[in-house]
Amino acid sequence: MSIDYSALRGEIASLSRRRFVQGLAVAGAIAPLGAWSKTPWALRANGQPEILSGTDFSLSVSETWLNYTGRRRPAVTVNGSLPGPVLRWKEGSTVSLLVRNDLPRGSIHGPDTSIHWHGILLPANMDGVPGMSFDGIRPGESYLYRFKVNQSGTYWYHSHSGFQEQGGQYGALIIDPLEPEPFDYDRDYVVFFSDWTDMDPAKLFARLKKMSSHDNHHQRTVADFLRDVEKNGANATLEDRKAWGRMRMTPTDLSDVNAETYTYLVNGTTSLGNWTALFKPGEKVRLRLINGSAMTYFDVRIPGLKMTVVAADGQYVHPVTVEEIRLAAAETFDVIVEPAGQDAYTLFAQDSARTGWVSATLAVREGLRAPVPPLDPRPLLTMADMGHDHGMGGQDAMAGHAGHDMSGHDMSSMSGMAGMDHGAMSMQSHPKTEHNNPLVDMQTMMPMPRLDDPGIGLRGNGRKVATYADLKSRFDDPDGRDPGRTIELHLTGHMEKFAWSFDGVKFAQSEPLKLNYGERVRIVLVNDTMMSHPIHLHGMWSDLEDAHGNFHLRKHTVDMPPGTKRSYRVRADALGRWAYHCHLFFHMESGMFREVKVEAQS
Amino acid sequence: MSTKRLVAALTVFFCVAPAWAQHQGHDMHMAPAKKAPAKTAPAKKASSMDHSQMDHSQMDYSKMDYSKMDHSKMDHSKMDDAPGNTAGAPVPVPTEADLAAAFPPVHAHHLHGTSIQSYTLIDRFEVQHGDGVSRQAWEASGWIGGDVQKLTWRTEGHAHDGKVERASAELFYSRGIRPWWDVVAGVRHDFGQGPSRQWVGVGIQGLAPYKFEVNATLYVGDQSRTALRAGVEYDTLLTNRWILQWHAEANAYGKDDLSLGIGSGLSNIEAGARLRYEIDRKFAPYIGVDHDHAFGRTADVRKAAGGKVGDTRVVAGIRVWF
Ligand SMILES: [Cu+2]
Repeated sequence: MSIDYSALRGEIASLSRRRFVQGLAVAGAIAPLGAWSKTPWALRANGQPEILSGTDFSLSVSETWLNYTGRRRPAVTVNGSLPGPVLRWKEGSTVSLLVRNDLPRGSIHGPDTSIHWHGILLPANMDGVPGMSFDGIRPGESYLYRFKVNQSGTYWYHSHSGFQEQGGQYGALIIDPLEPEPFDYDRDYVVFFSDWTDMDPAKLFARLKKMSSHDNHHQRTVADFLRDVEKNGANATLEDRKAWGRMRMTPTDLSDVNAETYTYLVNGTTSLGNWTALFKPGEKVRLRLINGSAMTYFDVRIPGLKMTVVAADGQYVHPVTVEEIRLAAAETFDVIVEPAGQDAYTLFAQDSARTGWVSATLAVREGLRAPVPPLDPRPLLTMADMGHDHGMGGQDAMAGHAGHDMSGHDMSSMSGMAGMDHGAMSMQSHPKTEHNNPLVDMQTMMPMPRLDDPGIGLRGNGRKVATYADLKSRFDDPDGRDPGRTIELHLTGHMEKFAWSFDGVKFAQSEPLKLNYGERVRIVLVNDTMMSHPIHLHGMWSDLEDAHGNFHLRKHTVDMPPGTKRSYRVRADALGRWAYHCHLFFHMESGMFREVKVEAQS
Repeated sequence: MSTKRLVAALTVFFCVAPAWAQHQGHDMHMAPAKKAPAKTAPAKKASSMDHSQMDHSQMDYSKMDYSKMDHSKMDHSKMDDAPGNTAGAPVPVPTEADLAAAFPPVHAHHLHGTSIQSYTLIDRFEVQHGDGVSRQAWEASGWIGGDVQKLTWRTEGHAHDGKVERASAELFYSRGIRPWWDVVAGVRHDFGQGPSRQWVGVGIQGLAPYKFEVNATLYVGDQSRTALRAGVEYDTLLTNRWILQWHAEANAYGKDDLSLGIGSGLSNIEAGARLRYEIDRKFAPYIGVDHDHAFGRTADVRKAAGGKVGDTRVVAGIRVWF
């Protein structure tokens, strides 16, 4: 059943005309990791990024006009492609990357540029964050990045200047290990997800500031109210509306920017472009899933195939076999699939708010497609999701919600959560700076680690969804010391103002977070907002702790769903000034950003 | 690499954990930085501390005095680690080159969260029909500024045959003081037929629970005039595009202003409902009804002038923001 035209017709009909045009415009095909695929019989085709390997790279950041929707729009690209070239390094080598700013005068993406190597441990002046690592790259000028590569795995790179990351300046980064990898595969593909907008990203940001709910076209209506009354009774429905009304919030607020605005891409190709990864039946195919989007969480699955996760954020994990995985922005997961029995499989990624999707195909030859599944039902946020008192009307909202059963929460797994007093389920306390702060619209009451929670919209969907609890590093704590101190930071925000911060303090008003060179510190994050935030510390690993405070999973980006309190260990072994921020691009841009300063005492 | 720096680096490395203990007011004498076997629950130790109430950002670690620590009593060998683990491997002592790479000279740069934005809402731009009379009316507001401090403006008024009958324009400095409330202070200018009036005003505006948009402003004008204007607005979503907007506004005055037909006390309440269809988020045509009712001395003045106390109008217009 390689081609199901009836299903395909339905899908195409459901796409707007403008998206059809875009698909034709960027009809791409296969890009296995080309020359270094273990069976390199598939070749690169049109519209595919270059693959550059070795130690010396010359990269040009420029403006390229692309057409994804029927309109030609200026993207900011690396070496003229979106995503930029796949860079392939070798662990232990020293790489030199000469990055030149070729952005034209007057570009909406200019003037300066930069490249940040996401998740790579390197000297601070190579990290590519203007204002911290260096001064950025001015038009016509170049910057030579040069550093020793001390790790391996799947990573990515992106601009840290202006709005360029949203504008298309990103690409995959692959580092071959010195030691053989603890798993086998026959083919190797980069699967790079991103979110494209025709808008000038600066205007999109301005729109969020004017009306943050612009893209939420599923707010609850009078008809929903009547339906809920019928289903749950008038009292329960009123209680629920009161709980949300008191907070001036809406439970359908699942993401800030969604498919109303975005066109989702896989390897720079829309669904109609149908990026295709070729396989021979019985082969093991490694997919390097990278979420390089600015504002999108992708839920990824391949109907009919199980995926075995072997690495997270570039670092090996004990293999775990799942059917679905949520990629927070900036996360990477390596999975191995063994397609057999069908000629084609759909790789399906829907956004977490269930407003849109992008698909690609795994097939035995070009031009095949498999059916594309429908979007999952839209979930509703609950008071419990945000760590609020369960008696506050949340129960009723939850009753009808995706089979989520609070009794399934393993309360015992909370004991030992770092820094929490578990003797009594005490209420979460909050930093003074949040008190009466006009930029803090909400505080969580009883946050929990919830490492075993598949996440909003994924619970009880009948599929095995990878959770952080499932993903365990394949190595012991590489530092091993008990953290010498604990730093608690709260993720804060104001939905209406679209203002985001740590502890209610935006970057502009904040002091650097100071770490002492060499120390092992525990960072505890508490999410005081109703959104998820993927938190990324530059320059050092974030060693996520399990619910008992033990080393669990090495990450460069730690997802923080609403209502969670999670902790990780940081070995402050990298001197310098490092960016520490939410990787939802516009959250970072509006202030959810800190400087972490690692200093040697003298 | 100077000896001093080497010593400093080593000191930092070995002292961080105890320094924390000291910071907590514990007797740090002289707990070595113990290696925690991975399978135990090291976090237990910290569980009695409520870190959340400490403001770590304000600690100044640079002021800790590491020199007073007695390193000779620390058992550094215990910092080593479990097999198969690079654990506890000391961080390398930074070289001059490392330090130079770590702290390159950089210029101050863009600070996230400082953008200046603006918003303009033409909430009502409409034609009103009532009692065989037709007129035009508007209400608009906007702001420019940051997340907390803004310059805001409001204007409303009505016109007949393109000639302004009565209108007001306000300019305020506004400051967020609570998550949902801003205080405003500024000036108001009333103009149109009849004398113009100048006011200075102070007020509050924000989003009340259940998403009622409210504002209330107290004004003081020349000749000891005072005025109060308060408004409330609420959207009912029939669908995500058909939206019923309710609004009410009340005006009260401290003394008569007969040349403008105003009596002291509660002067009038205007209330209405407008059903709009959002063709897109930014543009919506609407129809609705509006009722204006005079009270107290203002009602008397209106009656004396041969006018009606209450006035109902059918309205049609557009709502736009950008
Ligand atoms: Cu980053």
